Formats: sequence, C-alpha cells, structure tokens
Amino acid sequence: MSERLVQALRQEMGDAILSSGSHCGDHTVKVDKSRLGDVLAHLKNQEGCALLGDVIGVDHPEREQRFEVVYYVRSVDRPEQVWVSVDVEEGEAVPSAAGLWKSADWHEREVYDLFGVPFSDHPDLRRILTHHQFEGHALRKDYPIEQGQELSEPEKLLSDHDIAQAAHRASLELNPEGLGDEVHPSDFLTVNLGPSHPAMHGCLRAECLIDGETIVESRPEIGYLHRCFEKEAEDHTWAQIMPYTDRLNYCSPMLNNVIYAMSVEKMMGVEVTERCQVIRVLVSELSRIIDHLVCVGTNLVDMGALTMYWYTFNVREAMYQIIENLCGSRLTTNYARIGGLSHDLYPGFEEEVRAKLAMLDESITEVVKLAARNRIFLDRSLGVGAISKEDALSHGFTGPALRATGVEYDARKLHPHMGYEDYDFDIPTGEAGDTHARIMCRLAEMVQSKRLIEQALDKLPEGPINVDDARVILPPKEKVYSSIEGVMNQFKLIYEGLQVPAGRAYGFGEGANGELGFYNISDGTGRPYRMKVRPPCFPIFGAFSDLVRGGMISDAIAALGSLNIIAGELDR
Amino acid sequence: MAVDLNNPGNILTTRLRQAVNWGRKYSLWPIPYGTACCAIEFMASVSSYHDLSRYGAELVRFSPRQADLMIVAGTISYKQAPILKTIYAQMCEPKWVISMGVCACTGGFYKNYGTLQGIDRVIPVDVYVAGCPPTPENLFHGLIQLQEKIDREGLVSSDERHRLSAANGTVTGSGRPTSPGMGT
Repeated sequence: MSERLVQALRQEMGDAILSSGSHCGDHTVKVDKSRLGDVLAHLKNQEGCALLGDVIGVDHPEREQRFEVVYYVRSVDRPEQVWVSVDVEEGEAVPSAAGLWKSADWHEREVYDLFGVPFSDHPDLRRILTHHQFEGHALRKDYPIEQGQELSEPEKLLSDHDIAQAAHRASLELNPEGLGDEVHPSDFLTVNLGPSHPAMHGCLRAECLIDGETIVESRPEIGYLHRCFEKEAEDHTWAQIMPYTDRLNYCSPMLNNVIYAMSVEKMMGVEVTERCQVIRVLVSELSRIIDHLVCVGTNLVDMGALTMYWYTFNVREAMYQIIENLCGSRLTTNYARIGGLSHDLYPGFEEEVRAKLAMLDESITEVVKLAARNRIFLDRSLGVGAISKEDALSHGFTGPALRATGVEYDARKLHPHMGYEDYDFDIPTGEAGDTHARIMCRLAEMVQSKRLIEQALDKLPEGPINVDDARVILPPKEKVYSSIEGVMNQFKLIYEGLQVPAGRAYGFGEGANGELGFYNISDGTGRPYRMKVRPPCFPIFGAFSDLVRGGMISDAIAALGSLNIIAGELDR
Repeated sequence: MAVDLNNPGNILTTRLRQAVNWGRKYSLWPIPYGTACCAIEFMASVSSYHDLSRYGAELVRFSPRQADLMIVAGTISYKQAPILKTIYAQMCEPKWVISMGVCACTGGFYKNYGTLQGIDRVIPVDVYVAGCPPTPENLFHGLIQLQEKIDREGLVSSDERHRLSAANGTVTGSGRPTSPGMGT
C-alpha cells in the first residue's frame, strides 16, 4: 500500500529524493534536507497523510553526518504510511515541521533533548524529557546509561514574557482599540497543577496562569517519569525488553507485551500459531477493558462521582484475578513471548471470563444509569475540553480521543493484525470531541471488546501456543538436559539473544489509548540498535494547553482525566 | 494499659507514650505520592475489595499538611526528586514514610540516567515494601510493620528518630549517605 506514496513522491518531487528503501514492507525515503518541508507538505496536502505519527532520532557516531531524523507520516483513511528521513551533522539544524502539524512541536523537542539535533523555526525548542539542568544528550551512543544527573530545583515554565503577552491579549480583548484600563500581568496568578497533584494522574505538571478560576494560559511539562525505556532497550537483548514494556502503559500491560512481540516477529518473519493469535486477542481486549475501566472510574471521581469509582474498580479487581491466574502477576504481566506466549490458558479460564463479563455488563449499566442523565456529570463534561477533528489530527491524536471527534481510525480495522479481520465488531465514534464524547466512546468500546472476547472464546482453537522455531523459542527442558543441540540452542538464545536480522521496521497495533507502535532498528547484534516507542499519550498531552485555554481549573481536571494520560507511556 | 481495680471510676492507667502511639498507629492519614504503576496498585488497595480502612488508614489526604504517612508509590526520577523532598518537608510532625515497590526503594530495574536510585537518598524511609508492584497484601504487611514500629517509638520528632536510628542502626531507615545537593 505504502509503495503508492513512494511512487507519488518520486513522480512529484523526484529531485528531492536521495534514496529510498523498504524493509518488511515499511518504506523509508531519504530526502534532501532543504526540501524536507516541501516533501512533508506534499504528503500532508496532496497525499492525504493527515497524521504525523512520530519523529525519530537515530545516532550513527561513525558517520560524518552523524544524526538521522525520521518523520513518520500516515493516512487515517487508508492503510498508507511512509517514513521520511534526513541526515544531519552535529549542530546542523533540521527545518521544523511544526508549521504543518502541531504534534511536531513535542516530537522535535524530544529529538532535540535526547540527541541534541536543533530544529530551525521551532516555536519552543527546550528539553522535554530530561530536566533543564541536564548536560549532554542521553540517547547519543556515547552517553553512559548509568550517568544520572541531579536537579536542584524545578524549572519555571511560564516566563515573564509569556505572562506579559497573556496580559496584552486580555487587554485587547477587553478594549480592542487599546483604550481604558489595561490588564496588568500582576492581575494573574501562576499556579502549578502537579506534578504531585492527585488529580493530575501520576506525575504530570502544567503551570497555569489563572484569572480567578479561569485558565488564561498553561504550559504542560512532562518527563517526571522518564525511566529511559529506549536507552534500556539498547542495553538489553530483544527478549529481555519484554518486562520493560509492561511498565509503559501500566493499565494495560498485556497490550504492550503483545504489540512489542508483534513488532519483533515482523522483523524476524515469524508467524505465530492460530491459538496464540486468539489468546493474544483475548488478553488484549481484557486489557483494553481494564484500561477503560480505570480511566472512566478515575475520571468520574475527578468530577466528584465516587460511587462510579467503586463500581468500575470492583469489576476491574475481578478481571485482575483472571490476569493473575493467567500469568501470576496482577499488573506487570510479562505474558507474551516473541513467537508465542509464556503460558497456555489455565483450566476454567473460559467459564471465569464469561462470568466476569456478565459483571462488566452490570457495572457498565450502573455507570450509565448514574451518569447519563446526571445534571452534574453533563454540566461538567458536555463541551468541556472540546477539540475539532482537524485540530485533533494536527495534534496527532489516535484512539478514543480521536474517535470522539468523529474520525473512524482504529488500527485494528485499518491495519488488521492478530486476525482482527475475522471478528465482527464496530468502531464507536463520537462527534463533539469533548470530555463527554470521550467517556462515552470508552464505555462503548468496552462493549465492543466484550463482543470480541466472546467471539474469541467461541473460536479458540486447540494446538500449540508457540511457534516451532528454534531461532525464537527456548527448547523444552528435556531436550536441554538430554541433547547437545538442546543445550546449545538454550545457551545461544539466552546469552546472545534473538538474532533479529539487520534492518528497520515499525510494528504497531491499537493500544488502549490509540496507536501504540515500536520502531525498531536492528544491526544484527542481538540487541536493538535503536528502539523508538510511539506512545499514543504523548501527542495527546501535547494538546492539553489548547484544550484547557479559557476554561475553568476544574474543567481542566475533567478534560485531563478523559484523555487518559498514562505517565509511564508518556515519558517512557 | 491496666485497669485500676481500687478505683471505682473505671479509670485506665497507662503510659503517655503508649496511649499516644496507640492512637497514632490506628489513625494514620496517608498521602499517596503516586507516580507510576505502584500507584495503580495503591488505588486497588484503597478500593473496596482489599480495603485499606481495615487497618485504620483509609483517610487518604491529598494535602501533605493533613497527612502523617507518605506512601511513595512508584519510580522517582531525578526530575521528580526535588518535588518529593518539598512535599515531605511540608508534612507536619510526626510523620512516617513507606517506600512502596522496588523503584522507590532502590530504583529497581531502572539503573539509568533518569532514575533516582532509591528515595532514601532524598528523604528518610521507615518501611520498605518490595515487589514490582507489591500486591495490596504486601502493602498491608508493610503498613502493619509500620504500626508495630510506631508502637515502639518514643514521643520524639521524626528528625530526632532518624538521627537516633542512623546513630545506633536499630530502626529501619536511611542507612545510605544522602547525595550532595539533595541532603535532607
């Protein structure tokens, strides 16, 4: 599918393209740096690539042009995506794409922070994940992984200039002709929401400039839970990374496990067994339900509806028992394996799941009954934190937050993986793109996930869960103890790790919050050369400032809850 | 405590320390300093199935000034550390800290440039709870241990307690040197 994009680019802008290549079906086009803006604009405006998925930095210390910056752009109506890359030397600036997509702002800041690649014409080029006193650039190959740097005090986000600007705008609003009383910067109050505020869901921070209770301007700051996933990935073998993926979106770790395993299988050309696929769908959808339950439950608490929290958390607890029975742990599941799964289902799994799905039905009905016509809930969610379809796409939204605006993009439908094409399910969408639509979308998605689970249970085939492939799956213990081949196979897999062939590919799926993907670059050494996670939360939180401007503080909390920002995935 | 049989007014005699500690240990007001996965398990501990209130610690406060037990649930990064220190300083005496999960205890399997290698480099810790994340039962075990510890304490401030414990090494707490620039 994506060849079409490459061909179109070759025809229209052949002079800008230096080279192009593909690996595992993913096309990368290397372009002339001076033409990068034109190529991206062409892809966006003429070829319908509405979404800037990610901006990826890569460091090649041995090359003269040391850094590579890769823009991942995709369409949301057709299964088309392409990676556009440029090479730059140390200190050489890349023209920013922030004028084309608003999401480029944060993605480029991340590349600047971790690689030290500057971007020209960028609106706000500051560090984003590491703190402002950090020296050096952490994802460069020559930065030692364990070299921590202490911070003496948090950064002030809104400068005097920002506050003066906001005051100036407010004055103009009051008196367009510039007559009469002006709003003075000291009329505003600066308050920090977070990073330890309970309503900020973990450790998000936004410095807000408020006038009474109205947010005049805000500036979000992230990185408080930056656990260096990508650096850790370069330091571990492919199989060892699995437990780290648990802790990305810790509300739905199964989904992270499964999608990560898929991304590596794609590079190794491994096809998992039929039973494994169905079990993966089962656990993914269970995880999606749990994630949505946590999000909806806590979102409603933020609006003062504590009862809903008990209703949703009771079912969630019941579902955790399934997960615990399945893999021995409630939260950090570590269940998927490259080429299969760690265990098969336990006896009685099907009955337990069916019983607990009935509980889910009850709980959703209760929540809907309590909320749907509740005056307080409606007042606090309708029209709050609304975003238009165009803005949502420009900000790089995916998942329920995008679907709430009416865009029907779901990776499960557009790029069927794990056999989703064989299931019968709908994509719930909203219209208004506000807090209410997002909550309703999540509630409706749980019903669809339940349908998927029921279908998966009905069709669950017998057979092995792991592929019969000595390159990825450990041999059975009897073989290890009784034959030299078995010992060697075990030894090689453990000590050298999976041998993923050199190349780069992007494996992705529909996470609970949107498109979750792993962009892997392998150099064939048994460890990733570079792994970039595309966390769905990251671009969504980038829109926070736009969502809450002009609203009340309490609305900001309600809107934030409905976006379901999970810090583990946001900051990685 | 003992009942004075000679006195008809049903008066209980006890030592002040015992009576105060009895009150303190069964009415802990926790502030959750939740940053990551452990915070999700903390929510499970508070909700109805596991129910933290069985141990007298259900009154979760989100203002440090109203809390006497800080439960640090999750990874603390270098970026977060100064904030953790400030929040701890804002709590009134007496105050205790439970470090929930291996990330808070030692940095866990995040031995890297972003993660503080144990919160005891920034604030003193009373009880360390292992696990990644600890189950609610694990957390309750930690809480009960803290209650036992409170029972043995004298009526001194936590600063004093930690100074004493560092001197004679009898009480669980910060045994590791605090790093420069972040000392408590």
